[in-house]
Amino acid sequence: MALAYLTFLLVLPVGIVVWRTFDHGLPAVFHALSTAAAVHAIWLTVVIAFYAVVLNTVFGVIAAVLLVRHDFPGKRALNAVIDLPIAVSPVIVGLALVLVYGANAPVGGWLTDHGLPIIFSLPGMIIATVFVCLPMVVRAVVPVLEEVGDDQEQAAATLGAGRWQTFRRITLPAIRGALAYGVVLALARALGEYGAIAVVSGRLVGRTQTVTLLVQERYQNFDQQGAYSAALVLVLAAVIALLISRALRPKELVR
Amino acid sequence: MTSSKQQSGAGAGLVDEAPPASGVATGSAADRFAEGSTIRRRGDRPPGRHGPGLGLGVVLLYLSVIVLIPLGAVVWHAFDSGLSGFWQSVTTPEASSTLKLTIGASVLVGLINMLMGTLIAWLLVRDRLPGRSVLDTLIDLPFALPTIVAGLALLTVYGPESPLHFSIAYTRTAVVVALLFVTLPFVVRTVQPVLLELDREMEEAATSLGASPRTVFFRIILPSIAPAMAAGTALAFARAMSEFGSTVLITGNLPFKTQVASVHIFNQIESDNVTGAAAVATILLLVSLVVLVALDALQRWAGRRD
Repeated sequence: MALAYLTFLLVLPVGIVVWRTFDHGLPAVFHALSTAAAVHAIWLTVVIAFYAVVLNTVFGVIAAVLLVRHDFPGKRALNAVIDLPIAVSPVIVGLALVLVYGANAPVGGWLTDHGLPIIFSLPGMIIATVFVCLPMVVRAVVPVLEEVGDDQEQAAATLGAGRWQTFRRITLPAIRGALAYGVVLALARALGEYGAIAVVSGRLVGRTQTVTLLVQERYQNFDQQGAYSAALVLVLAAVIALLISRALRPKELVR
Repeated sequence: MTSSKQQSGAGAGLVDEAPPASGVATGSAADRFAEGSTIRRRGDRPPGRHGPGLGLGVVLLYLSVIVLIPLGAVVWHAFDSGLSGFWQSVTTPEASSTLKLTIGASVLVGLINMLMGTLIAWLLVRDRLPGRSVLDTLIDLPFALPTIVAGLALLTVYGPESPLHFSIAYTRTAVVVALLFVTLPFVVRTVQPVLLELDREMEEAATSLGASPRTVFFRIILPSIAPAMAAGTALAFARAMSEFGSTVLITGNLPFKTQVASVHIFNQIESDNVTGAAAVATILLLVSLVVLVALDALQRWAGRRD
């Protein structure tokens, strides 16, 4: 029963979507992916994901060290806030950012006047993506940091290593695997974000259209080949991310 | 980032008030929290250990700019026309119908996940079936796959052009199926590790004392995995409540029929009714908050029982 459930819910739909992509053969797929809009969408998606993941990696490591190695008032609250993005609807993320950084809002208006529009342009799309994949790196690094303990860090400090040196020589090598795992999870999430991007981007074809927005726009304009081909790119990215994350998953979780 | 020994004035001030970091890094965060600050003295700080100053400042600033201030703005704008305005926005026929559908579908999806997720976890841990590791990897696919692609995939198989000649497109069934797809991994991934840790000698002992498989399951296995099942179900419920992308294509977003709360919010934003959008969003945020708080309480309760 469980297998039938998985087949009909998961395996069949994803399998058929890939199969349907090649209805008209490989050249049609290439053709659909080489239109100016498609190329721009793929490029934009990669750029956004890159910035969002770099920002969240730096933040994630600092936050994880803070949560594991320090005690301070409000630590539980901070811990909860970091998990918040998992439970917030992507559309609400978009709405929230529009309300603060939109051209009609005080902060967004000021930034727009000073030549830095956030909403309907790249910065807003990056912030939205940062929001939705915020917890990934933190949650991957925290358990490993707890596991390795801080004996070695203390020893290094006793021997006169500075804070940065201790981090670079002791802490970073210890969390390397978990960090890579978190980065891959964040990247997968970033590449596939739809709802928050749909709100903050304005969905301008050829300008603020990412691959997920392209899938939806093509499908609703009855360009099935275009929609399926763009979806194929995302399926491939997801499968690759899945396989890499599988190989990187911290060992205690793999049995 | 925390690159030097320098500490800002504000950071140093915080350190004086905060209990110094304990040298003990083992044990869960909850354990350390429970110890309380009274046990530790200021002199406990190990050599070379710095206060959370600069790092804490960076983290708080980042979270404020990206998460806290924007979400605060949503709640703030929900009450632009006062409490009565908020109430009006969430009780319009369209809003109340969309909220009812979303909550109802999410409860149903949570319950189905609780059952099927536990069953799948059992299959992965206890049954020696061929291709188990492939299956194990596949379970995470809904997490990795973009939601819009999930919706497209479901529409391809269960839409008007279904190769199975079986269409559920634009019905409430489609809402539930889309939500089931995106929430599939939650219960599996919370129950699986607990099943792995389970002491099988207890089950064998019970069996040798004459307990039926049924009794073993309900008296020994179920009590151990129940907290994990509840946690996974809560996560699946929260995710279902907030889902958007996977429902866009297959449900047709028909008001009063298949329009979920996130789509409703999206439409309100598009038609410049920001206050209405913020009001419904506030209800969803409130539900998420309740689920997160309940999960935290559940984890503490389960942790104390160990």
